[in-house]
Parts: sequence; structure tokens; C-alpha cells
Amino acid sequence: MKPAPFEYHSPHTIEEVVALKSQYGDEAKFLAGGQSLVPAMNFRIVQPSVLIDLNRVAELSYIREEGEAILIGSMARERHLEFNEAIKNRTPLLHEAVPFIAHPQIRNRGTIGGSIVNADPAAELPMLMIALSARLKAKNKSGERWVEAKDFFAGMFTTALEPDEALVEIELPFAKPNTGWSFTEVAPRVGDYAMMGVATLVTLDKDKKCTQAKLVYLNAGDGPVEAFEAEVLLVGNVLDDKLIESAASHASEKEITPFGNIHASADFQRHLANSLTKKTLKQAVQRAEETL
Amino acid sequence: MTQKFAITVTVNGTEYQRDVEPRMLLSDFLRHELGLTGTHVGCEHGVCGACTILFDGESARSCLTFAVQADGHSITTVEGLALDDDNLHPLQQSFWEAHGLQCGYCTPGILMSMVPFLKQNPNPTEDEIRHALSGNLCRCTGYQHVVDAVKLASEKMK
Repeated sequence: MKPAPFEYHSPHTIEEVVALKSQYGDEAKFLAGGQSLVPAMNFRIVQPSVLIDLNRVAELSYIREEGEAILIGSMARERHLEFNEAIKNRTPLLHEAVPFIAHPQIRNRGTIGGSIVNADPAAELPMLMIALSARLKAKNKSGERWVEAKDFFAGMFTTALEPDEALVEIELPFAKPNTGWSFTEVAPRVGDYAMMGVATLVTLDKDKKCTQAKLVYLNAGDGPVEAFEAEVLLVGNVLDDKLIESAASHASEKEITPFGNIHASADFQRHLANSLTKKTLKQAVQRAEETL
Repeated sequence: MTQKFAITVTVNGTEYQRDVEPRMLLSDFLRHELGLTGTHVGCEHGVCGACTILFDGESARSCLTFAVQADGHSITTVEGLALDDDNLHPLQQSFWEAHGLQCGYCTPGILMSMVPFLKQNPNPTEDEIRHALSGNLCRCTGYQHVVDAVKLASEKMK
């Protein structure tokens, strides 16, 4: 057999989940969709002594609207996000981005919570959580707390979760009125890990001046990278081609820190970031203008 | 000795009961415990797609799921496609007619990916077929005849 032996638990309720995590702490890993964890276990790169399987916890799998937000259980499958009407209408950025995640066969199993907690800098969902200003609900035996997505990612494959906590829910605020969105990435082949990707949001006022902008990158550092300075360049201005070009240059040259790999040198990643930033900004502006 | 779990899994309509170690992959369970060697094992990290099966009707990598997770669920493998020995599934028939395989190693995984794809998208364009095939690696055909076979199947299945 490929993976090393482990003790297996398959709880049915959140209460049982947090009790088990509190008992085993760092010794235990959660098994969500398993699309990143199981490959690592097959190669014995990861050998957890205890596995807590979340797949039978029915109360962790839902997508619903509540107030001005979409609430998503951490075990909602990526494939469910892809075809959900509320997500399509309320957070179109997420709707546009999900089909870029791996292949349908992977999205059928992979979960939103699993990808977020895995915190792979090259993954789509962590950076999307920051772009969408998500809040993430962590729960342990004694209570729960909300963490802003921007405070959740703590470096390569690392999050703000404590050893006794589980991510149980994701809250996505509805897109603001007059907001345009765009997501794109470049991968060697469809479904492969992207060499570079960017999620872009632009909110315009009635004079077409930008009131809010988000530029968040994947595979551009040791976690999701937000280009705060480039966003500042955009806010308060009409987003013409010249401004878009300077924001793209600034973000790709000064704010991201890609490492480069076998598929793309760091320089090429910066080149992609520049070009994808321009492309997505233009599309986001166009989509925002259509709502004015 | 690792604890074993008693599981009941329906595979291609037949119910099987076995005791398995939790670390046993679903791919190994199908091949070694049930003798269903049509599900092939390639990379064992979810990249090649050779081990693709249907898990409750949806395509998934059997090398990235533990057998114990299939307890109470329904699995379809390539052995479950043909009606009987003399009547291939129209998708299989199309692969035969359009020469959609050479060595055949990737074929079961491709078939199990294309069955739900064609159900969801009965009239795919060539571009959509190529997109849908992106999660299955084939090192012989260059894909052209695979694309032709899927296209032919979509016409047969109308």
C-alpha cells in the first residue's frame, strides 16, 4: 500500500469533528476532498498519524444566501460552487474563476475549505477569498471565531488556524453595485497549476471614477499577494489605458515576488502578471461601466 | 496491526462487503480486492487520469480516494459500461471504430471521464472535447483519434 498507516476517524457532526481535533491536535489532519492531501500521502511526503475524514459531516456541505452574504460550508465541493446560481449572481468573480481549478474530476471531490486550509500559493481559492473580502469561521471545542481572509494566510501552506480548530464556514459578501470583475490565469495546459493568475475587482462611481480596486495574484509569493500600491494608484481616478498600464507595471515589478520554477522563470511570471493585470483590469472596467 | 473497517460498496450494481485498512486506496481496492483490473493505475497522484471512475455518478480519481470513503456509495468502473459481452457502450464502440486507442492504458480513464461529460454536454464542439480531455493523459495517440471517437459517440448517442 502506498500511504503510511494512520488511525481513521469518520465523524458525522461538527461537534465530533472539533472534539477529535482537540484530542489529537497537530497529530491529526483533516481529510476534505483529498485532492492535495492524498497525493502527498501516496508519496509519503505527508504521514499523518490520525486522519479525520470530513466527508460524512453533512452539516458542513451547503451554499446559501443570508442577508447580504453567501454562506458556504467548508465541505462544499468546487463543482457545487461552479454551478451555483447564487454564486453566479452575487459573486460573479468566483463563478468565473472556479472552472480554472484543476479538472472536473478533481473539482467533483475538491472542497472550498480544503483548498483554503491547504493554503497553496498557486491555488485559486485562497487568493479569491482575499479578493472577495471573505470571512472564515474557525471553530474549536469551546467556541468559534471569524477571521478575515487577509489575516488567514500565514505563508506557504500555513494558516491562522490553531491546532484544535476546524474551518467550518466561509462568508462572501455580495459584490458591491457597479463592480466589474475578471479572473484569468496562464497554465502550461488547461487544468495544470498556473504560472500566474490574477483576480481583479473594480468599483466605479457614476463619473466612472474608481472607488475601490482589488488586484490579487496567485503563484506570486509565499501566499496570495495583493497589490495594495497598485490599487491605490487606481482609486479616485478614471481607469484609462495609461493608468491601467502604470498600475500593471507597478504591481508586476514592485509588489509581487514570484519564485520561478521549471515552467516559468520569475521574469516570465512578472511578464505574465503585467499582461494579465492589464487584460483583467480592462475587462473589469468594461463590466463595471455596463452597470452605470 | 492496523484496524480494519467493514465496508459495503456497490460497484457496477453489485454489492460487495470487505474488511479494509483505511489506507487502502479505492483504485487498489477495485483491482486487488474485487479483481476489477479495468481501472488502471498510472501516476497515483491525480495527474494522469487512468484511474478515473464514477463516484455516485460523478467522475473522480480512484487513486485519491480511500476505499473506506466509498462505504455506502455507488461506484461505476469501465467494466460497468457495456451492456454485455456482445454489446459495447456506444462510447466504447466509437473508440473502436475511430481508433481512439493504441496501447489502451489510458482508455478506461478517458471513457469514465467522457461518460458524464457527454451526459452534461450531448453536442460538444471539438474545442469542448479537448478541454474535457485535459485531465486524462494519453502518450500514444496524440489525442486526435480520441477526439474523433468522442465526437462519433456524441452522434451515436443522440
